[in-house]
Amino acid sequence: MKALEFKNVSFSYRKAEEGKTSSFAVKGVNFSVEEGEFVAVLGHNGSGKSTLARLANGLLEASDGSVEVFGVPLSEQKNLFSVRKNVGIVFQNPDNQTVASIVEDDIAFGPENIGVPREEIGVRIEESLAAVGMSEYKERMTSALSGGQKQRIAIAGVLALKPKIMILDESTAMLDPKGRREIMQVVKKLNKEEGMTILLITHFMEEALMADRAIVMNRGEIVMQGTPEEIFERHDELETYNLALPPIGVLWKKLEEGGMPVGYALTPEDLAEEIAKCISKSSA
Amino acid sequence: MFKDVALGQYYQASSFVHRLDPRFKILALIAYIVAIFLSENFYGLGMCALLLLLTIAFSKVPLGKVIKAVKGILFLLVFTAIIQLFFYKPNENAVVWVKWWVITITDQAVFFTLFLLLRLSLLVMVASMLTYTTTPVSLTDGLESLLTPLKVVRFPVHELALIMSIALRFIPTLMEETERIMNAQKARGADFESGGLMKRAKAVVPILIPLLISSFRRAEELGDAMDARCYAGSKVRTKYKKLTFSWRDLLAFFIMAALVTGVVLFNVYLGGVV
Ligand SMILES: Nc1ncnc2c1ncn2[C@@H]1O[C@H](COP(=O)(O)OP(=O)(O)OP(=O)(O)O)[C@@H](O)[C@H]1O
Ligand SMILES: [Mg+2]
Repeated sequence: MKALEFKNVSFSYRKAEEGKTSSFAVKGVNFSVEEGEFVAVLGHNGSGKSTLARLANGLLEASDGSVEVFGVPLSEQKNLFSVRKNVGIVFQNPDNQTVASIVEDDIAFGPENIGVPREEIGVRIEESLAAVGMSEYKERMTSALSGGQKQRIAIAGVLALKPKIMILDESTAMLDPKGRREIMQVVKKLNKEEGMTILLITHFMEEALMADRAIVMNRGEIVMQGTPEEIFERHDELETYNLALPPIGVLWKKLEEGGMPVGYALTPEDLAEEIAKCISKSSA
Repeated sequence: MFKDVALGQYYQASSFVHRLDPRFKILALIAYIVAIFLSENFYGLGMCALLLLLTIAFSKVPLGKVIKAVKGILFLLVFTAIIQLFFYKPNENAVVWVKWWVITITDQAVFFTLFLLLRLSLLVMVASMLTYTTTPVSLTDGLESLLTPLKVVRFPVHELALIMSIALRFIPTLMEETERIMNAQKARGADFESGGLMKRAKAVVPILIPLLISSFRRAEELGDAMDARCYAGSKVRTKYKKLTFSWRDLLAFFIMAALVTGVVLFNVYLGGVV
């Protein structure tokens, strides 16, 4: 079943000025995401990725075309609650999406908003924290956490609404390599173990390698679609959209293809460590 | 520079005081402030101070943290002390301790100044104790609950409470950011420590403007994040934390009642500070 579908969607932040095409942030976009699929959206700054995310959960309303969540167009939904409950978004800045000073209070915010009974909120907090591996931080101050931990709390806050689709809008962009790895591990786990549908927006090419499928955007339009491998093989074309796979990513991919399943790594140091782990495991 | 700001910081611990009902703690704070202002002599204030010390001990908040709150208003304290020492009008029983040029300091002025300083210090310490032992969310939950009657006249109680808890939540973030901006400006040769009042005020502008701009951006992003998490006002909203009075609150209530009564009795039988 299609979890999310964009049918010829266009959006402009300014009201149509005599149909000027250049003012569209998203233009004639067609794509769909299957339930349980992991799709990466790549694109240079200003290519319309965030706009796409906002259109998917009704933060923005399409100027043209229709957005469907599990087959129901957003325009036909009774209220946006039911959409936003199903489509969670984790944003970029870890400091600007926390509402409460204490971790559990922050995670409770979403369920409280939709009127979940008290006892169940408690259960959801436990489950969400466990899913991001932060159970022992339940009563901590959010301000004292690292960037990666803050983003994991943001993910938990979204999970507490029990969404079917999770969109991450450059959620790793402001993190250090360690924080990025933490988030990517959580996302991968959610997708593989919980069957969560994932739309990962990023401009880190190597993050897209984890996805089942990748979409490349340029100036509000989808210009490439396919498996990450297919996309990265067309590096000349990618470069015209100001995108390129960094060498570490290439190496990581080659190793995996060559039958050495190294763990996900973004920096030379991490990759070295992962390779070492892999070797010691196979020799044991 | 901002290390002394104690307002709105929560100190995590599991204690008798932490577990009190936030509604009770807010009312107790008011009662305590009333007691401080009712006190006319050192006995009454001494009793307030004693209760505060006991509260601090039972709350497991380090004494140093509470004293930090006083450091935050040090300037105000020094200023008050100077004014009081020199301008206090003594009565005819006063004993002159210092007489030099136009300055006369009497025993009464000294006692009264000490009294005032103790009063102000107790005030900020007890207020900081409330935020140290109560999470912002339960503090605002408590406030919301106490103000519920105002909903009848359509006062936006829930919104006010939410704004307050978000403000408390952003204090550490904004302080961090201010320090970062200040360091960046210092690295470019800005000087915040020297010069007259005007010069210093001018030096603050390059900090305030970036801070203001980034706050707007933060507000916008936070609004989006709240929307995305289904926020739509108070209509269908449930509360995760339930506020319940317990035996602790009853016990604490009697202690507060005893304090106020004690202060009044001290006033009646022992008279004023001078
Ligand atoms: N609130 C807004 N008002 C007006 N124009 C906007 C607004 N937000 C984005 N735009 C414009 O819409 C286009 C797409 O922006 P969008 O934020 O979707 O890009 P993006 O791919 O997320 O970029 P980035 O990588 O920088 O996050 C850009 O040209 C941008 O200038
Ligand atoms: Mg963006």
